[in-house]
Amino acid sequence: MQTFAVYVDNKPGVLNRVASLFRRRAFNIESLTVGHTETPGISRMTIVVDTDERGGRLVVANLYKLIPVRRVDNITEVPTIARDLALIKVAATGDSRTQVMQLVDVYRARIVDVSPDSLVIETTGTEDKIDSLLEVLRPYGLVEMVRTGRIEMIRGSSTPARRGTRGTVVGLDDAAAGSV
Amino acid sequence: MGEKKTMTGAQTLWDCLVREGVTVVFGYPGGAILPAYDAMLDFPIRHILVRHEQGATHMADGFARATGKVGVAIATSGPGATNMVTGIATAMMDSSPIVCITGQVGSSVIGSDAFQETDITGITLPITKHNFLVTRAADIAPAIREAFAIAANGRPGPVLVDITKDAQLGTCEYDWDAAAPDLTALARPGHSMGVDPLGLINAAERPLILAGHGIILGGAEAALQAFAEKANIPVAMTLLGIGGFPASHHLNLGMMGMHGEAWVNTAVQEADLLIALGMRFDDRVTGNIKTYALNAKKIHVDIDPCEFNKNVKVDSAISGSVGDVVRDWMPRLATVKRSQWIDHITELKGDSAVRDIQNLPDDGHLYAAHVINDLWRLTEGKAVVVTDVGQHQMWEAQYYKHESPRSLITSGGLGTMGFALPAAIGAKVGRPDAEVWVVVGDGGFQMTMAELATMVQEEIDVKIAIINNGFLGMVRQWQEFFYQRRYAATPISGPDFAKLAESFGILGQTVTTRGEVEAAVAAARGARGALIDFRVEQEDSVYPMVPAGADLDKMIRRPSPIVETAAD
Repeated sequence: MQTFAVYVDNKPGVLNRVASLFRRRAFNIESLTVGHTETPGISRMTIVVDTDERGGRLVVANLYKLIPVRRVDNITEVPTIARDLALIKVAATGDSRTQVMQLVDVYRARIVDVSPDSLVIETTGTEDKIDSLLEVLRPYGLVEMVRTGRIEMIRGSSTPARRGTRGTVVGLDDAAAGSV
Repeated sequence: MGEKKTMTGAQTLWDCLVREGVTVVFGYPGGAILPAYDAMLDFPIRHILVRHEQGATHMADGFARATGKVGVAIATSGPGATNMVTGIATAMMDSSPIVCITGQVGSSVIGSDAFQETDITGITLPITKHNFLVTRAADIAPAIREAFAIAANGRPGPVLVDITKDAQLGTCEYDWDAAAPDLTALARPGHSMGVDPLGLINAAERPLILAGHGIILGGAEAALQAFAEKANIPVAMTLLGIGGFPASHHLNLGMMGMHGEAWVNTAVQEADLLIALGMRFDDRVTGNIKTYALNAKKIHVDIDPCEFNKNVKVDSAISGSVGDVVRDWMPRLATVKRSQWIDHITELKGDSAVRDIQNLPDDGHLYAAHVINDLWRLTEGKAVVVTDVGQHQMWEAQYYKHESPRSLITSGGLGTMGFALPAAIGAKVGRPDAEVWVVVGDGGFQMTMAELATMVQEEIDVKIAIINNGFLGMVRQWQEFFYQRRYAATPISGPDFAKLAESFGILGQTVTTRGEVEAAVAAARGARGALIDFRVEQEDSVYPMVPAGADLDKMIRRPSPIVETAAD
């Protein structure tokens, strides 16, 4: 798995260009999230791709060919914080309701909606943590579930924005500046 | 900030094109592009009316390849735009800088399946370097300026600008300077990886340069020659690289790959170092990738880092313009004789010469290779030759010796039949002083022969040599070799091409024997627009041939009466 932080112009059709590129080059997207950044007009995508390091280099080089792509960082080997958010609706009546609420406490999740026969649980964390919570809730009856996919950020004070809009591509030495 | 003027969107379009240096566009009018056509009349632009929008894109492409400038094609929405798709894909695969302008239905009806509406930016997304949908008059100028910058910079390619009818009709405050593209935003980081290339080059005993289209696109011909000569490294050419290094140069080996020279493919497999300059290890060049050049270290120089380790794993990769990279190498480049290696390749050449059709006794038949060899001799190798796709394309690459860049124009990557005639028209428009010849098969010619009318109406002097064998020859050859001669749908008839030419008002001639070739070519050279129908041997094949997926040095060779008799 290779993970990329991709900064793109917030213009119509950009997501389509990225998705089309992955389809055309037969790169398999594991997860893709997109949202605004601290810079107006720039969106950030976190893309997880099922490929190896060599494939990761091709992903970076290909993404840079898209004109609205401003910057690509391969953050696979960099210490990061990765989070996923899930909303989980569980069937919970009578005794089972108390048990579910205890599990929610153990996982430091929150109950955000209560109805006579179900609970909606909100949780954030690594994908592993959410997978694990799902497993323990499954016996009570999962009614519905939605997840955002992974968002990821480099630890420490080093932010891509402070390194300029175009920094090095992790894993590659920078040569003379290239071109369009 | 420069001067602001109130103009219609259509006027800003032409003003931008003129300022970008455009003097000619290839196009076809229609409803959604009408406002632009109306405004065109007030600008110093030559419009060449094509007979099909595919022709417009190939003409823009041929213009670009012949001149190095950006070619421009223009069409209406819907079918006008979709007819451009093949030409755009052709330009994309061969990195040709063209800008295509299409009309679009009014912005208020986009998405309503309006008359002649099509999502052309969606359709061309994977076959353009970039595309724009412009819905406001004020956005036309920035889009056009950015389109030209994107098409021409870095690895060139096609850009499409789709402009709604209301954007063309609307007015805006136009400021050329303010519409300038942000070139820093378009810049991309370079990538280099692997070991020091100079260490590999200076230590190599059997090195080979693989010269591709990037030599010509990057204007690196002189840098390549200086590099090859200083280090005494033989140069093998890709199809699109032909012309990037003089054919008569003692270090030029000729073309590599599926129909490359036998000695080149053997040398690739025996080399201890491949220096790939502006080429992309296409499957037609490598043959079986698993057994490709196993003895060789590999250096890859290309302006596009996407090509590194895509098909062939390399030891050293440097991104950048080929000329710049090679010039950087020169101070540290050692002069090495390498006479043993060069002598060895010369020996391999001798073995091929006895099989060469040029050296076989004349059996009274007309062979395509003879025709092309004669054409080369009679034009003194100075023509710009535009070829189509198929057997004649390979024979041209083998037997027309190109000494200068941009003298062979052909559809390599996409292999687009029907390319030659329109591309030649574009080339001749771009270089009116050049003698431009089309070499085309009878199949491909029939795909776009309507452009004969364009050629005549616009008085564009192109000479056409049809290599007519009554077959879709390359497919027939594959059927002969790999499908037990079962000729499914490859026999093809056609009109009397000479009479067809006459009906368009240009000189038409038919040639059936080798003795007639010289006089026919001379007459064509003296005419303004001419067509020669060469009725060549019907079931001739292109040799050598590396079957698709076979090892590069496992070639099918031309059966030689001399060699085969000697072996008996």
